[in-house]
Amino acid sequence: MTKDLTNIIESLLLVADAPLSVERIKKIITSADTAEIKDALEELLRKYGEGKGGFVLREIAGGYQFRTLPEYMEWIKRLIQPNPLRLSRPALETLSIIAYNQPVIRSDIEHIRGVDSGGVLRMLLERKLVKVLGRKEIPGRPLIYITTKHFLEVFDLKNLKDLPTPKEMEAQPDSSSEKITQKPLFE
Amino acid sequence: MANGFYQVKLSHVFEGPMDLLVHLINKNEVDIYDIPIAQITDQYLEYIDLMKSMNIDFAGDFIIMAATLTHIKSKMLIPSINDKEDEDPRLEIARPLLEYLRMKSAAELLVERNILGQDTFAGNINKKDYIIKPEDEIIDVGLFELIDAFQKILKNIPVDYRLDFTGEKISVKDKISEIISILEVKGSVTFFELFSANVGKSEIVATFLAILEIVKLDIVRIVQYAQTGIIRLFYL
Repeated sequence: MTKDLTNIIESLLLVADAPLSVERIKKIITSADTAEIKDALEELLRKYGEGKGGFVLREIAGGYQFRTLPEYMEWIKRLIQPNPLRLSRPALETLSIIAYNQPVIRSDIEHIRGVDSGGVLRMLLERKLVKVLGRKEIPGRPLIYITTKHFLEVFDLKNLKDLPTPKEMEAQPDSSSEKITQKPLFE
Repeated sequence: MANGFYQVKLSHVFEGPMDLLVHLINKNEVDIYDIPIAQITDQYLEYIDLMKSMNIDFAGDFIIMAATLTHIKSKMLIPSINDKEDEDPRLEIARPLLEYLRMKSAAELLVERNILGQDTFAGNINKKDYIIKPEDEIIDVGLFELIDAFQKILKNIPVDYRLDFTGEKISVKDKISEIISILEVKGSVTFFELFSANVGKSEIVATFLAILEIVKLDIVRIVQYAQTGIIRLFYL
């Protein structure tokens, strides 16, 4: 059964149109338990690891999916004409703010960007990269935004903890830091 | 257009006051923890004036930032009573700037990832995701790069042409159709070519506003070549 199970999962992964989670696989193969499925997936991760072929098995958005290696994208683009992500800079900034600070409300975003972000937010909602989680129980009951599963899929992320760490502009200065001590005009 | 004024609204096309500040800090190559506040404030206000003189309807956010900068500038002038305790008033602007830059760097890291449908592909992806033409590697130009380029043009106007006593009105609308007819023939044109003729300041301003307007209307795409720095308009 173990070998069989691995093969079944392998074939499911080939056909699936979205990353397959362990739970989803368990619902399909009811006879297998979670541990067995995880073992089979581990085996497949080894089989389809980096450097073995033209594509790899990757953990994405809480599931598993076959993905082609980026070095072959030029060839794939001769086969199909991809539609690049094409997110504008303001859209990417807004998306980052939501991703790193979620859950956020619109005023949080605008506080960081210093500019009205309604239009960009609407666009991110339309492209299903962010979604509304609910309303915050403060005056005005503003909408709460979080990123979607689709966001994780597009950016090849296992989960939100997998987000790259943005570089800090050197160490945060504290009040004792020399550089920023106030220089009064009259000394 | 009846009143002779033409308003250009940029709120959704271009960036905000934070981007202008970042632009100025990069341009002056100054340390974010040690911003020469007087210098940066002056330059910031200069930009606002220039935008105002061109009737660019910038958001009130720019004014708020101007007020914040001026406030910090004035605080810097007052000697603090116990300067051990008081924090640098510039932190009021340095902190949000740092947070903003952190998010900008996060945005860059996101773009660098293996993006689905661009760098990496999955098996059964909806075919409709893969239509439309691919594009060349170029940078999209922001408002401030355009204003910089425009300032260069203004500086190059011969003195004789700077004063304009004629009442002749050049409408932005006419300029738009003029630029579009050039684009219809040539397909693309460089930013500087559009200003090459020896013309008065009002016409140059009209040309600039016309460019902003057609970019906003998605009639042209405006890009800057990463290597040469040449700004070019493409007819869409």
